[in-house]
Amino acid sequence: MLRIDCPFCGPRDHTEFSYEGDATVEYPALDASEDEWFEAVFLRDNPRGPHSELWHHIQGCRSFLVVQRDTLTHQITGIRLAHQPTAEALK
Amino acid sequence: MSGYRLPSGGVVDRARSLDFTWDGHTMRGYAGDTLASALIANGEQILGRSFKYHRPRGVMSAGTEEGGALVTVGAGARREPNAKATQVELSQGLVASGQNAWPNVRFDLGRVNDVFNRFLSAGFYYKTFMGVGRGTGQWMFFEKFIRKAAGMGSASREPDPDSYDIVHDFCDLLVIGAGPAGLAAAELAASEGLDVMLVEQDFALGGGLLGMGETPGADLDGVRVLTRTTAFGLYDTNVVGLYERVTDHVPGADPATPRANIRIVRPQRIILASGAIERPVAFGNNDRPGVMLSGAMATYVNRFGVAPGRRAVVAGGGDSIYGDAITLAMAGVQTTLLDARETAPPELAEAATAAGVDLWAGYLPVEAQGRSTVKALQIGRPALDGHVRSERALPCDCVGISGGWSPSVHLLSHKGAKPAWDAQMACLLPDALPEGIGIAGSVTGVWGTEDCVAHGQAAAAEAVHALNGKKVKAPKEPAPGGWANPIKPLWEVTVPGRKLKSFIDPQHDVTTSDVRLAAREGYASPEHMKRYTTLGMATDQGKVGNMIGLALLAEALDQSIPETGITTFRPPYTPVPIGAFAGRARDKHYAPERQTPMHKVQGEDGAKWLDVGVWKRAWYHPAHAGETLGEAYLREATAVRETVGLVDVTTLGKIAVQGPDAAEFLNRVFVNGFGKLAVMKCRYGVMLRDDGIVFDDGVTWRFGEDDFMATTTTAHAATAMAWFENLLQTRWPDLRVNIASLSDQWGGVAIAGPRARAALQAALAPNASGGDVSNEGLPFMGIQNAKLAVEGGEIPVMIARISFSGELAFEINARSDHCPAMWRALLAQVKANGGCAYGMEALGALRIEKGHVTAAELDGRVTLEDAGLGKMASTKKPFIGMVLRKRPDLARENRPQLAHFHPVTDSEKFSIGAVVCEEGKVEGHGIGWITGVTVAPALGGGWLGIGFVTGGPGVWEGREVVIADPVRGYEVKARVASPHQYDPKGERMHG
Ligand SMILES: [Zn+2]
Repeated sequence: MLRIDCPFCGPRDHTEFSYEGDATVEYPALDASEDEWFEAVFLRDNPRGPHSELWHHIQGCRSFLVVQRDTLTHQITGIRLAHQPTAEALK
Repeated sequence: MSGYRLPSGGVVDRARSLDFTWDGHTMRGYAGDTLASALIANGEQILGRSFKYHRPRGVMSAGTEEGGALVTVGAGARREPNAKATQVELSQGLVASGQNAWPNVRFDLGRVNDVFNRFLSAGFYYKTFMGVGRGTGQWMFFEKFIRKAAGMGSASREPDPDSYDIVHDFCDLLVIGAGPAGLAAAELAASEGLDVMLVEQDFALGGGLLGMGETPGADLDGVRVLTRTTAFGLYDTNVVGLYERVTDHVPGADPATPRANIRIVRPQRIILASGAIERPVAFGNNDRPGVMLSGAMATYVNRFGVAPGRRAVVAGGGDSIYGDAITLAMAGVQTTLLDARETAPPELAEAATAAGVDLWAGYLPVEAQGRSTVKALQIGRPALDGHVRSERALPCDCVGISGGWSPSVHLLSHKGAKPAWDAQMACLLPDALPEGIGIAGSVTGVWGTEDCVAHGQAAAAEAVHALNGKKVKAPKEPAPGGWANPIKPLWEVTVPGRKLKSFIDPQHDVTTSDVRLAAREGYASPEHMKRYTTLGMATDQGKVGNMIGLALLAEALDQSIPETGITTFRPPYTPVPIGAFAGRARDKHYAPERQTPMHKVQGEDGAKWLDVGVWKRAWYHPAHAGETLGEAYLREATAVRETVGLVDVTTLGKIAVQGPDAAEFLNRVFVNGFGKLAVMKCRYGVMLRDDGIVFDDGVTWRFGEDDFMATTTTAHAATAMAWFENLLQTRWPDLRVNIASLSDQWGGVAIAGPRARAALQAALAPNASGGDVSNEGLPFMGIQNAKLAVEGGEIPVMIARISFSGELAFEINARSDHCPAMWRALLAQVKANGGCAYGMEALGALRIEKGHVTAAELDGRVTLEDAGLGKMASTKKPFIGMVLRKRPDLARENRPQLAHFHPVTDSEKFSIGAVVCEEGKVEGHGIGWITGVTVAPALGGGWLGIGFVTGGPGVWEGREVVIADPVRGYEVKARVASPHQYDPKGERMHG
């Protein structure tokens, strides 16, 4: 069981969260080229080690969090809100 | 008859005797006994038959590592197989029996397998019947026979009658193991103010102290102590799984009390004080009842006041066997001690001799003799070639064996922390520790009791410092070791020219020859050897045999143990009943049941229910008690077409979308435009996924410039909400939009049919503002706030003129607490207009006739064009999925598209899931599939299907296909039609 320290709710079991994939993907403009969209939707790295990923606190505050997790050790080294304006406001 | 109760001694309560039943015979033990100690005290030796060869087996240990005394406890629905007798706490009325034997463990016909055991060696299943020229028929014939003879006990076939709870725990410090180290750690940490939990798998505290006949004196004031509780797994972020046995030892326990708890603990820190387990030695017939671990023999004497026999031989290569031998001798057992080392340590030799132990230095056990139990032990001396020359046999009725000690590093292994081989002490020791975990006592290779206490205190001081920064005075951490004389590691005793049956995993009947066979055949990694031989895959998870297996594999490959590698221990440490993991989440409690606010009022009128996901939805509303589903839904659907019907549509998702950029957000999410949607109007919209496939559809209402409510399908209510949140928080953080789910706050009904307007108008409160639902007052896709006259007053409602059925229809939403009154008020007017309530079955019939899609069609494979919705896609603004929906395969002609299907012969029917095929080509996936069927009163009253066919109506309209259902076994000829047959111009709903 991972424990994820939500900036709003405090440390919670990962079962309260829904995994939402790679946080490093940058989605192109809605009318960008097919190649750009193909890359964003279908091509993923499979990193061994540090990974930046999205977790949705779906049974908590409903925030999307960017979690730095090591895929090898499951160690979490950083957590922040995905929504930058709110993250800034909280500082 | 071999073991017996000593006249005194032990920490059992001799004032409290307990009756129990073993194989139908009533026996007596004491409070504080295990089933194993009580059986030994009653002279029972053969307690089970082995897995493959049906060899007789008895008690081999005094703990969780037991591989011999696997028994069945309980009866009826509570029958539990493969319990370790060494772990079963004796209780009044306990029922237990031997297993894997017929007719009983003493006389077992299955033992014929032992005679044929050369066929049953490692890899037997993989090899024997897989050769060239041997058919599977032969394999199946033999498999049946072998599998019947080889096996463990059988579980009850009845549902588990017990309940279990999941308990969530938090603490500062979790101490695992209540031996000298764990007790000292818990005591010190609690005295320093930490919130400490101490868990012990045994029913008594003390660990190794109990085996020495001592009772612990630690002051555990303030410590949360859990006995009968096993830490079965150590997980990420140091979360620990505990299995706490609550009522197994309580005869006639209150049925409301759970049998056991799974406790999920989230400690700040952990101290692992899990101790060490003694290892046996591989020699001939080392599985004969009467052969057990040396330390276990001493434990039976010291803790339980039970002697394992009258003449004992104790054998090993370390100092610990001296204490065991002296214990036996002092208890009156005639004891011979074999020290594998050439010279016996003088002080120990002196003490042993003084206690009356007959000491033989430089001798090893070679083979146990005796047909069903030990009658003698053949012993020998090692020659220069490393093999042993057998010399003579010592008569005896029990044998104690010690090949050394293995620290219980299992939990660390769960976390991926690999132990390191210590050649000096011949064991694996914990190496690098995961963060937040301390270790203490013999799990670290610290063997002396005082050293273990000091170690526990040192570990507690470290935890206190880490958690509150306080420096506590504590002893220095002791170095591993503590025996005066070096151990001589003993793995296997071999004699030239003799084939000994030497077991290393008694539970799975794995012998030393199996390991060598695996090495010869190329299974050179421990993980491969483990799977090939099944070593360590039984319920003890290799606690006893893994280390010997690795040592022998290393020897066979002529390399060191670290070079060979080790296997990884995985959770659970000891078996946990599946029911415990389920906890209370079983049967009705497995998933929540959702009811709409109009559930009760519909139920009072006799509605029949349908499970739709977790929702209960009204399936149909019988007009009288005997009306069938088939009769009811046709009556209800006909009412909607001819007069008026009322249906509960609360389960649709409702999401408030508000803010200056709300329209822009909806424009990006839906394929069609929302920017120009007028205030107090609503619009049907479709959403795609990023990959261009249809995600969901629904009607979005606009209440103001910045104020919308998007409705979703029932199926996607939760996923659509999460999707919106995702987009707003991660992808478009600059959009000024807030969303909130209204699904629970609002309920809704649809009122549909030619007389819907009349019924609704009559239900509206007179003189209220906005009470005009005429075509002018509320045009198609218009919204209106109004008031409904209900019993005792008026309620505010939101009305939208939307149609799912194809008829003139309105959707009316009200606050959830107003919904029952709304249902009552509208149903009264519906009935007054000759109509009725309708349910899911009629709703389905109406939408299939009309050709409207649902989640059955929008199944995650379908494009806009496939669903016949291609014209909705805006060309004036970008939207999600607009690029990838143009990928060649999604944009090609001739994809499966929505169509209607009519059987050519009126009386024929077909089902959902049937395959659409070309005539003469009923094969493979065909050219389409059926997603919905109904009797279609509005289209001639015959059978009607909706589904997909390659090319769609454009290619197939009017032509015949075959609808094949190979599973149900029929083929039906059908004619394809456009899905828009009913009122294609939409005149009825616009009326
Ligand atoms: Zn949260």
